[in-house]
Amino acid sequence: MSHIAVPKTYKLFIGGAFPRSESGRTYEVSTPKGAFLANAAKASRKDARDAIVAARGAVSGWSGATAYNRGQVLYRVAEVLEGRRAQFEDEIVRQEGVSASAARAQVDEAIDRWVWYAGWTDKFTQVAGNANPVAGPYFNLTVPEPTGVVAIIAPQDSSLLGLVSAVAPALVSGNAVVVVASEAYPLSAITLAEVLATSDLPKGVVNVLTGSPAEIAPWLASHADVNALDLVGAAALDWIDLEIAAADTLKRVYPPENGADAASPSLARITAFTETKTVWHTKALI
Amino acid sequence: MTIERAVSPAQRAIQVLGDDLTETTLKRYLEGIPGIDAVGLEQRAAGLGTRSIKTTSKAWALDKIIELIDLTTLEGADTPGKVRSLVAKALLPDPSDLSTPRVAAVCVYGDMVPYAVDALGAAHSAGTDDGVNVAAVATAFPSGRASLAVKLADTSDAVAAGADEIDMVIDRGAFLSGRFGQVFDEIVAVKEACRRADGSYAHLKVILETGELNTYDNVRRASWLAILAGGDFIKTSTGKVAPAATLPVTLSMLEVVRDWHRLTGEKIGVKPAGGIRSSKDAIKYVVTVAETVGEEWLQPHLFRFGASSLLNDVLLQRQKMKTGHYSGADYVTID
Amino acid sequence: MTFLEYAPAPESTAILNLKPEYGLFIGNEFVAAEGESFSTISPATEKEIARVANASPADVDRAVAAARKAYDKTWSKLSGRDRGKYLFRIARLVQERARELAVAESLDNGKPIKESRDVDVPLVAAWFFYYAGWADKLDYAGLGGNPRSLGVAAQVIPWNFPLLMLAWKIAPALAAGNTVVLKPAETTPLTALLFAEIVQQADLPAGVVNIITGAGETGRALVNHPDVDKVAFTGSTDVGRQIARSTAGSGKKVTLELGGKAANIVFDDAPIDQAVEGIVNGIFFNQGHVCCAGSRLLVQENIHDDVVDRLKSRLSTLRLGDPLDKNTDIGAINSAEQLQRIRELSDIGEAEGAELWTAECAIPENGFWFAPTIFDNVSTSSRIAREEIFGPVLSVLTFRTPAEAIAKANNTPYGLSAGIWSDKGSRILAVADKLRAGVIWANTFNRFDPASPFGGYKESGYGREGGRHGLAAYLKGAK
Repeated sequence: MSHIAVPKTYKLFIGGAFPRSESGRTYEVSTPKGAFLANAAKASRKDARDAIVAARGAVSGWSGATAYNRGQVLYRVAEVLEGRRAQFEDEIVRQEGVSASAARAQVDEAIDRWVWYAGWTDKFTQVAGNANPVAGPYFNLTVPEPTGVVAIIAPQDSSLLGLVSAVAPALVSGNAVVVVASEAYPLSAITLAEVLATSDLPKGVVNVLTGSPAEIAPWLASHADVNALDLVGAAALDWIDLEIAAADTLKRVYPPENGADAASPSLARITAFTETKTVWHTKALI
Repeated sequence: MTIERAVSPAQRAIQVLGDDLTETTLKRYLEGIPGIDAVGLEQRAAGLGTRSIKTTSKAWALDKIIELIDLTTLEGADTPGKVRSLVAKALLPDPSDLSTPRVAAVCVYGDMVPYAVDALGAAHSAGTDDGVNVAAVATAFPSGRASLAVKLADTSDAVAAGADEIDMVIDRGAFLSGRFGQVFDEIVAVKEACRRADGSYAHLKVILETGELNTYDNVRRASWLAILAGGDFIKTSTGKVAPAATLPVTLSMLEVVRDWHRLTGEKIGVKPAGGIRSSKDAIKYVVTVAETVGEEWLQPHLFRFGASSLLNDVLLQRQKMKTGHYSGADYVTID
Repeated sequence: MTFLEYAPAPESTAILNLKPEYGLFIGNEFVAAEGESFSTISPATEKEIARVANASPADVDRAVAAARKAYDKTWSKLSGRDRGKYLFRIARLVQERARELAVAESLDNGKPIKESRDVDVPLVAAWFFYYAGWADKLDYAGLGGNPRSLGVAAQVIPWNFPLLMLAWKIAPALAAGNTVVLKPAETTPLTALLFAEIVQQADLPAGVVNIITGAGETGRALVNHPDVDKVAFTGSTDVGRQIARSTAGSGKKVTLELGGKAANIVFDDAPIDQAVEGIVNGIFFNQGHVCCAGSRLLVQENIHDDVVDRLKSRLSTLRLGDPLDKNTDIGAINSAEQLQRIRELSDIGEAEGAELWTAECAIPENGFWFAPTIFDNVSTSSRIAREEIFGPVLSVLTFRTPAEAIAKANNTPYGLSAGIWSDKGSRILAVADKLRAGVIWANTFNRFDPASPFGGYKESGYGREGGRHGLAAYLKGAK
């Protein structure tokens, strides 16, 4: 007798746990041809609020870890992702309707980008920070620091690579992230969350919300405890209104990016979510 | 390891530290005094140096500087003739302008005191503020490297010869090696050697030799130590070591004197010595005194300049203010 | 008269060669504006200094067009080396005319001549010198592989450091290859107009630098102009918010340098006399008209009484009066409006129950003045502990432990600067680590240098001015 499959329930990922939406809502995720794939959780504003609380709670630990430690954790994510690649490829094929080889290429690239960013944790400070030769008896140093809580609207037309490209760079410096996944292809995001949950990433460092970006984004944009808003995947939303709402608390806001190059790997993506701190200290012999 | 020994019971020290006056308690007290950030101190001094002192303020300051000078000769080659010449200058700084005030004192080596006293004659104020005092360096000036007996004899000889003021040097070697109690005891002993037969005391200035103490924190601690041990004045330098007096060092010593006054109500004097050659520089010190401890300190019993060539520069400035044109070296006398 | 009442030591205004009226500086010439002119006065005497033009939206159009033309036809075609040489020329001219600029600044702004002469103008020259050298080295700046300029920059600056804020804006913009339209503050246009003369003397290609005077409306028109690629604003957080909103979705690169309520933290092992100087410098320098002013003193509770005592003594030798007297420490408040605001907040402080103490100063009859003021026993929930007063008013709060000091210091929507005073290096570094502020001064305060990046966290704005990081605001792709 053939095995009856046990379908996976796709819930939210908040504070290291997988809760359903507090609203109880779900929405249907289907293949491009319309076949039922799963019910994904439909996050509410309260879920967003809880995610931000979890993220804020995680900032001090994650940013306080050594750069080396963060690098090891991010590398571990790549290891676990590599180990579970078959599941990811399968999910991509079913969600996006692409070929197996295209899915494989996407997973390859996602893993490689994750490894690339893992290698930056203990280096970007050396490139983005520096001593400043001021004209006086002072030791003067500029260092980048994580901005804190970053809310991200992930690229909507990619199930895995887009999300990875948006989330990984923010983590490098020690930020905690609340990311709204692709509405049409949310499943990889939750499976990725399972990878994150088993990779020594402290709970709350990454929080994944699935559902309607149009519904959730305004709550993220207006939330006073969010430091930066990445609208990389928000082209289809009223994103200018989101930017305006974010201006109330002077959040750092980054506009949508479209096309294959969206959120492509760069040092700028890391430093975009940092604050620059300059310290002066008197220097005297006597 | 500091030996737990008692240090001489100077009155001020007991008042502040209590009866348990030991090497340890003294050391702890001195090391507990808040430190100094050199960059901030030097910036404050530089800021005070930007004060623009003009017209009537400048005229007042120039006269005041003269009144506060200890006109000094401290050379191995000093002779009675040299000392007489110095005294003559002290009494008549500017023959072309009889309104010029007299200096506060002449400062000479202990064995030259009799000649200074003699040359001053009736103008010797013998410890009062109207007239010219005789200050003598003592305690194996400038190095201070001699036995305590020799240093005390040096002191009492000068006092006996008629010195009104004694400028002693502290033992810098002892200070830098942490023997605060020894430094303290020596000051107490020298103060006692300043006692005259009639029970009065010669005024004691304690030279810290800030150039050798090197750090501002050391200068601060040595200042407090000198006051606790009974000094009447704290003085920066012998003038024989560079750097001698600087504005930041003097500022830090004025701050100690200000704090001592806050603590006890007692007023201690400050004397920067060596390296102050121009009126411009001296005016900066006058400003620094006024803005740190107050104008009251601009009096001979609370502030002195240890200087020799400064006087002539001040006289040249005075002449310019009077005549309106720049003067020259031929119009001031050498001493 | 006692010695401490120093005889007047006035800096002469004879060095100035002012016109009675100035037009807008567009395309290398002073041109008449559409709108009516307005007066700029000396806040110390309330007398008019000159009349300046009020740029209308059409005038703004002309200025942006001139900047665009200069960018397209000339400036973007010049090599970095050549751009740098123009900036070096400007730096040298500023040095040559330094005294004149300082006198004009003190006259128009009200700040003591001692400050404009010793701090503002030297930093202006230094800023141009520093960025001149970057112009042909952008590839080395670590801001991307192929750094390119943005185009036309709209720059709106405040009244507290008029010429210095101009330098902070124009120098990096030009070094990076952009052209600019700059609007000085309504109450302090004078040195910007003298700078325009310097631009002419430097023979800078026409339209690279345009200076248009005006008020809020001019600023809005400039910032919202469709043909502007970059907006740089220094001023209040409120206006910063408005600009962030109005430029949303426009694609313009925006940097903002806004308000602050900095904590100056004094630990019980601080070098006390220098800490007192640092507190005084922190809040009374430039009459407290400083975004990064140390307006909150966080003093460790066990030394509170001693420090406040010493502070009050120290304030007794601060001299308030004629900005052009070389001995003046505290100059005039920049405008009647600002004075009113300071008074209002001061009244609130009193009403909230904080202990008011004011330095005894002879207040001149004319002009806008506010004596240095301390509010003691202020708590973190007081309005005067949270709102930026932008005047010579210090709020004193206490703390018990380093962690509490950090928590109180960070407990604000602002995040521009902070001060730490302690003799213990390990503590200074650990506290500096935890403070959420863009500029942190340890055992010093209010130090500025063109090589040192300046800017805020949180509602104090975003972007940095100064240093290598200061170039990022004016280059494509750099963040």
